[in-house]
Amino acid sequence: MNPMQRKKDRIDALAATAGAAADIPDAGRVSDSGGLSLIGSAWLRLRRDPVFLIGATVTLLFILLAIFAPLLAPHNGHTAYLIKEVSADNPVPGGEKGFPLGADGQTGRDLLSRLILGSRQTLIVGVLATLAGLCGGLVLGTVAGSLGGWADTVVMRVVDVMLSLPSLVLALAVATLFGKPSQWTLIIAIAIVQVPIFARLLRGSMLTQRSSDHVLAARALGVKRSAITFRHMLPNSLGPVLVQATLVLATAIIEAAALSFLGLGNPDDSSPEWGQMLGQAQQYFDIAPRLAFWPAGCIVVVAFGFTLMGESLREALDPRNRR
Amino acid sequence: MTTAAPAKTETLLAVRDLVVEFGGRGRPTFRAVDGVSFDVRPGQTVGLVGESGCGKSVTSLAIMGLLPKRGNKVAGSATYDGTDLLTLDDREMRDHRGRDIAMIFQDPLSSLNPVVSIGVQVAEVLQRHRGMKKSTAIAESRDLLDQVGIPDPARRLKEYPHQLSGGMRQRALIAMALACKPRLLIADEPTTALDVTIQAQILNLLKELVVDSGTALIMITHDLGVVAGLCDEVNVLYGGRIVETASRHEVFARPRHPYTTGLLGSIPRLDGSRSEQLAAIPGSVADNIPWTSGCAFAPRCSRALEVCRSEAPPLEQDPTAMEEHTLRCHNPNPAEGGEPA
Ligand SMILES: Nc1ncnc2c1ncn2[C@@H]1O[C@H](COP(=O)(O)OP(=O)(O)O)[C@@H](O)[C@H]1O
Ligand SMILES: [Mg+2]
Repeated sequence: MNPMQRKKDRIDALAATAGAAADIPDAGRVSDSGGLSLIGSAWLRLRRDPVFLIGATVTLLFILLAIFAPLLAPHNGHTAYLIKEVSADNPVPGGEKGFPLGADGQTGRDLLSRLILGSRQTLIVGVLATLAGLCGGLVLGTVAGSLGGWADTVVMRVVDVMLSLPSLVLALAVATLFGKPSQWTLIIAIAIVQVPIFARLLRGSMLTQRSSDHVLAARALGVKRSAITFRHMLPNSLGPVLVQATLVLATAIIEAAALSFLGLGNPDDSSPEWGQMLGQAQQYFDIAPRLAFWPAGCIVVVAFGFTLMGESLREALDPRNRR
Repeated sequence: MTTAAPAKTETLLAVRDLVVEFGGRGRPTFRAVDGVSFDVRPGQTVGLVGESGCGKSVTSLAIMGLLPKRGNKVAGSATYDGTDLLTLDDREMRDHRGRDIAMIFQDPLSSLNPVVSIGVQVAEVLQRHRGMKKSTAIAESRDLLDQVGIPDPARRLKEYPHQLSGGMRQRALIAMALACKPRLLIADEPTTALDVTIQAQILNLLKELVVDSGTALIMITHDLGVVAGLCDEVNVLYGGRIVETASRHEVFARPRHPYTTGLLGSIPRLDGSRSEQLAAIPGSVADNIPWTSGCAFAPRCSRALEVCRSEAPPLEQDPTAMEEHTLRCHNPNPAEGGEPA
């Protein structure tokens, strides 16, 4: 099976999972006996799920780190504090008092501070790209799922084309379009790659909603099409899409790092970013591998955190897993 | 086969030769409703009775214009107050739904939007058809919930469907359906998903509301017990066709179609002795053969004759009846006794 088909299948399977909530007559009936809604019982499960707790803790720490980065970083990210120690024998000064991780290269800046400050850049790129992808996906998915018919066919063909574009090529194209690569071209490229994921997922759950009992009941009362879409279908379709956004955020962070590593990110290194730091670490790889180790480790841990949280959220909200 | 139509002003809804076919996309076409005709007069309660799968819901959805459009064919007419609903476009039909004709469904939980509060859902209908402002509509919703017997309506307005009991949900749905005082209400097995004790309450409520407001009611049910308590006239459906139509009194006193007697026999009786078996009809609708090659009920019928398997019986007036009583059977139960044969 080619990778694109695999991608599609996976998304459709997710949509089916999400839609199952509407199919299973039992999905909400638990409320009769236990007084619990789907979300209520999901929370009970999550509170005791170690995977979720680890994921959520990592994610929370990362977000706090990013928000308070300037306060937490011992130094700023651009001053060449350690430049005096840089010499031909010792091009990358190691850790010393006040600079536990040493310099970030021949530029002599503080590696620890740059790592901490880099969290912010990484979060911004990841979140903005995911938000943009989510918005695009919501628009396309809503159009396809609520109108159906030929509008659905056209939109889904467009989405299939988008799904087949590799992010690297897109990032190059967008960067060319804007003249030079920047943080923004990076965000746009990653967002475009994510639109199809959200669009397919939303369309799938919208279609399930379209044939659901409460939509039929609303139609039987003469409710207008716009209200059917935005009040009765969309809010009930969003859950799986929002859960997926957590997972996509992890991918976005990795993609952003990969593209920055290849020099398709922000060329200005005074505001550090993990992928970009990783890229610059290449030249010192044999003498100072820690320059690559630290940013790479950060990326892995953060992506791991988001993935754990997203997967356990999805599992908890899947009505088929309810006991 | 069209019976002598009563004067036009007397009929609120006249369904004539309604046919619904599902199909397309390589599937063979399936005729779920096959030439159904019946009348509903203002304020009258008409029952559509039959086992599940006999086409009751499809009939009502076709009248409401709610069947999926793609690949399906709807023919015949459904004349409401002089307009044939089946010829209306989507927009015109939408204006009728909820305002002139409303519908309630089987499962009250899944018929409510889980993420919108009860108050907003009731108010939505009022805003849509009566042009009310949201605040007025919410206030009116409170009164509506009160009328359908929901205690503490002000609090319930703010609650979500999962916080209400099954009976209360169905009450809320009835409030929504009757919010704009429609002249016709279609109730599709409104009590099937409810506890037995709640069923009677909901039926009483429906009866009360319908009598008070003069709304006509099409009561869809598989339970002749419900018919006994509610309906003026009964249409018994089998395999997409009406097999017997008569007044409630006539159906219970002189059921002529073997299928109707079978349905009557499957009502549990409190006074029946223990040893008396419930007379279940053998087989199920799934075994039915299409009406083209004989009577669809013949394979399950204890009175089936040779002719039943070769020729579909027409719908005809029962000659032994003193009033209107139509029947689709080659070998009906003997007319004399009211006892099931
Ligand atoms: N959308 C549909 N597509 C194909 N067949 C359908 C559809 N809806 C109902 N049917 C078929 O039509 C027949 C009558 O269904 P229905 O009217 O729902 O029965 P009931 O009398 O229990 O309400 C059933 O055999 C059902 O399988
Ligand atoms: Mg039904």
